Amino acid sequence: MSDKKPISSVNDFVVRFANVNGSGSASANEMFARAILRHGVPVSPRNIFPSNIQGLPTWYEVRVTEDGHLGARGGVDMMVAMNPQTWDKDVAGIEPGGYLFYDSTKPMPSAKFRDDITVIGVPLTAITNSTYTDPRQRQLFKNIIYLGALSALLEMDPKLIEQLIGEQYKGKEKLLSSNVHALHLGRDWALQNLKCPIGLRVRKSDKVGDRIFIEGNSAAALGAVYGGATVCAWYPITPSSSVAEAFTAHCKKYRHDPETGKAKYAIVQGEDELASIGIVIGASWNGARAFTATSGPGISLMTEFIGLSYFAEIPAVIMNIQRAGPSTGMPTRTQQCDIIACAYASHGDTKHVLLFPEDPAEAFEFAAAAFDLAERLQTTIFLMLDLDIGMNHRLCRPLKWDDAKQYDRGKVMTAEMLEEGRDFGRYLDVDGDGIPYRTYPGTHPTKGSYFTRGTSRDRYARYSEEGSVYADNMQRLVRKFETAQDLVPRPLQANAERPTKYGVIYFGSTSPAMDEAIGLLEARGHQLDRLRIRAFPFHSSVASFLAEHDFVYVVEQNRDSQLRQLIVNENGIDPVRLVPIVHYDGTPITARFIAKAIGDHQDHLKVTPLRKAVS
Amino acid sequence: MTYIAKPKFHHPGLKKNALGYTHRDYEGKISTLCAGCGHDSITASIIEACYELSIEPHRVAKISGIGCSSKTPDYFLGNSHGFNSVHGRMPSVLTGANLANRDLIYLGVSGDGDSASIGFGQFAHSIRRGVNMTYIVENNGVYGLTKGQFSATADRGSKSKKGVTNTDNAIDLVAIALQLGATFIARSFSGDKSQLVPLIAAAIGHKGASFIDVISPCIAFNNHAGSTKSFDYVREHNDAVNRLDVLVGRDPIAVDYAPGTVQVVEQHDGSKIALRKIDADYDPHDRLGAQTFLARHAAKGQIVTGLLYVDPDAEDLHEHLNTVETPLNSLEADTLCPGSAVLDKINASLR
Repeated sequence: MSDKKPISSVNDFVVRFANVNGSGSASANEMFARAILRHGVPVSPRNIFPSNIQGLPTWYEVRVTEDGHLGARGGVDMMVAMNPQTWDKDVAGIEPGGYLFYDSTKPMPSAKFRDDITVIGVPLTAITNSTYTDPRQRQLFKNIIYLGALSALLEMDPKLIEQLIGEQYKGKEKLLSSNVHALHLGRDWALQNLKCPIGLRVRKSDKVGDRIFIEGNSAAALGAVYGGATVCAWYPITPSSSVAEAFTAHCKKYRHDPETGKAKYAIVQGEDELASIGIVIGASWNGARAFTATSGPGISLMTEFIGLSYFAEIPAVIMNIQRAGPSTGMPTRTQQCDIIACAYASHGDTKHVLLFPEDPAEAFEFAAAAFDLAERLQTTIFLMLDLDIGMNHRLCRPLKWDDAKQYDRGKVMTAEMLEEGRDFGRYLDVDGDGIPYRTYPGTHPTKGSYFTRGTSRDRYARYSEEGSVYADNMQRLVRKFETAQDLVPRPLQANAERPTKYGVIYFGSTSPAMDEAIGLLEARGHQLDRLRIRAFPFHSSVASFLAEHDFVYVVEQNRDSQLRQLIVNENGIDPVRLVPIVHYDGTPITARFIAKAIGDHQDHLKVTPLRKAVS
Repeated sequence: MTYIAKPKFHHPGLKKNALGYTHRDYEGKISTLCAGCGHDSITASIIEACYELSIEPHRVAKISGIGCSSKTPDYFLGNSHGFNSVHGRMPSVLTGANLANRDLIYLGVSGDGDSASIGFGQFAHSIRRGVNMTYIVENNGVYGLTKGQFSATADRGSKSKKGVTNTDNAIDLVAIALQLGATFIARSFSGDKSQLVPLIAAAIGHKGASFIDVISPCIAFNNHAGSTKSFDYVREHNDAVNRLDVLVGRDPIAVDYAPGTVQVVEQHDGSKIALRKIDADYDPHDRLGAQTFLARHAAKGQIVTGLLYVDPDAEDLHEHLNTVETPLNSLEADTLCPGSAVLDKINASLR
């Protein structure tokens, strides 16, 4: 051991588990995170998994954070190294003064360790082999045994873990007792053979409150249930598949007619993404609330239909759980890289509504709202999540629903309205907001029928290639998009303590890291006003924010600063005033990264002012 | 698409069906297809079938993709909603529409380019899912809108108008539909209205995936010597296995026609198909037999027409999904939303 002092920290550290995919570790690792939550201490866990099925490396990281920072921190204080394949990299990743926990059954050469970390060996394989005969049991219980050992090392209350095991195996007494037994095998071995606790400790606190712990994809799926989606068509793709799977599970629980047992929903696994969005468009055309969930490659395939939705004005909801692109990119790594692809999807002049939830609570709210918006605006609405929100559990405020809420079905002309003699032109802008009335098929024997098409037509849906008719329609679509500005969630602004001419714009899953970064920046003496964008089209307050600041940083997780491009494009602003802060290696952006990038730029500005901004 | 408005004048003496509608009530806009196009004959047959069935025109949703055939829904049932979607994707749009409202009648009109090439996958999957629809392919073996390229249903060895010989094997959509589990499968010829009209009527009455392949010669680009989709070729090689009548609300007419017998198939909606066998050996309830029969005749260059297979007890996609009888598009928040009390419980389970 070098003279580097072991890290000592209570309720503020990062533990990373390195496992082999398929070894059954996920359940134990997640239980570790939940157990800390039960201590009243916030956690921010993340799955880190390469694109593989079984036998290859996988990691699970738990950030224990008394202060409630939910972004990734970067760095590892304790590595639970259970995968020999990744040993060298895992050991190298430990912070100086950190801890290495490993299976010491087989002696390791000293060269495999570092002298600036504390090495903790537990003979996990030996313990399991002496206790269990079944190979699968040996594998599975090894995970619970290391959980038990960790509970002793980190001074966790074993009763809280037992409680979790009890909830997980409720009604399965045999599994319950065997898991509790394994937990204590590891815990007792550690207490008897190791110096417990170590420098990293978990103390009971009250910082979790009434917050819930849920994955973004599951919350979005629940939002679809509450938002009245009755048709879901999807095609499996990482990291979005769990949206449709969760929707299926929620529907099975909450959407069956109690008398007949029949389903008040239809879920179809399409043959591909094209069919999935086609089914959504067909269902929405016919008046049902429908959605699909996909990721970047799926968006690419869907773009023809997205153009049809825009031009023929058919509602659709697409939940895009973004991953690293382009092409197949890194399927299991996170990015915010489909902004431009979605905002202007399809050929010709198009603009689409994008919603950017920051956490599962907003994923729920925005998912439900997406169906109202789709029907109100008669167009595609994108719910832009990403892997970091979608596939990780995150602490968030409880989900809320107003029982008085009725669905906004938009401008639908009924048989009665047609009977009254109302003038029905499918593409007639009667209210000046760019949004026309539509009728559902089958509405009236002689009135209100029309032909939907992707070709140009006049206000009464009659095919037309007249230039003026086409332009009139395209202008109305612009008006409709302007109307959308006031219907979508508005940006949220938070000002610095002292007046500043610098601002920062950010969105979506970047949010928790940004919130934390502000504190780090303030510590460096930098004041920044913040604007969290929650939707496209941009509300007028975005332009105001830009006008009020000399320089605005745009923080995002893609190479080309796509949100910045969109802001420049839509606001006609001098690009030099928008400073890109980009992170795109597929890992979640961290507060450390943001604070360094903005802080360095701010320091530079102090000594070398850039050319005066053009307002 | 058409620019030409059809006169609204109805002759007072026009015959009316059980609902009091005349033929004119089932018509649409004036066709802009080439004079003599087989597709217009199919349009006329659809109009006739809907008239005979006394369907309320507005209760039909007519959906198509892109191409000559896909333009035709504009030319019939002018009071119903139409959807000219994107190339080859009619089946998915129709599937979604059907899921939203199971109470309407869904008529999918497609072409051989639309269904056998770009939309081959969607054709296959809508069939295997058992979507309750009548899927009509207006099959001319050629791309008419782009002036004469072979489609995937063009027979190997047949010639284009420019004299080029097709060296690719043809896709037989009927054979594929049989394999994929369509529960009503027929082939007909646009020039044989007496056969086609009752086939369309029977298909509409069928609950499940109905598929009709209609050979429909392209007068402009595929009606020459060397084509196997020309009027002359089809007339010469047409081998009808049966003729049928669709009887709604009446008893079947029990008259035998040599050499077979009359076979009555009752459909879910109560209508009956009286099937007059022409080929004494043909059994339209034998899927495997139909496949063999089709292949045997195709090898001889014959085009087998008629009702080739029907399963009178077919189930549709809604039954597979066990959906409620009420159309999904009419369900509102009071029945769809679990409410805040349930959400509170969900929240509690997530701590």
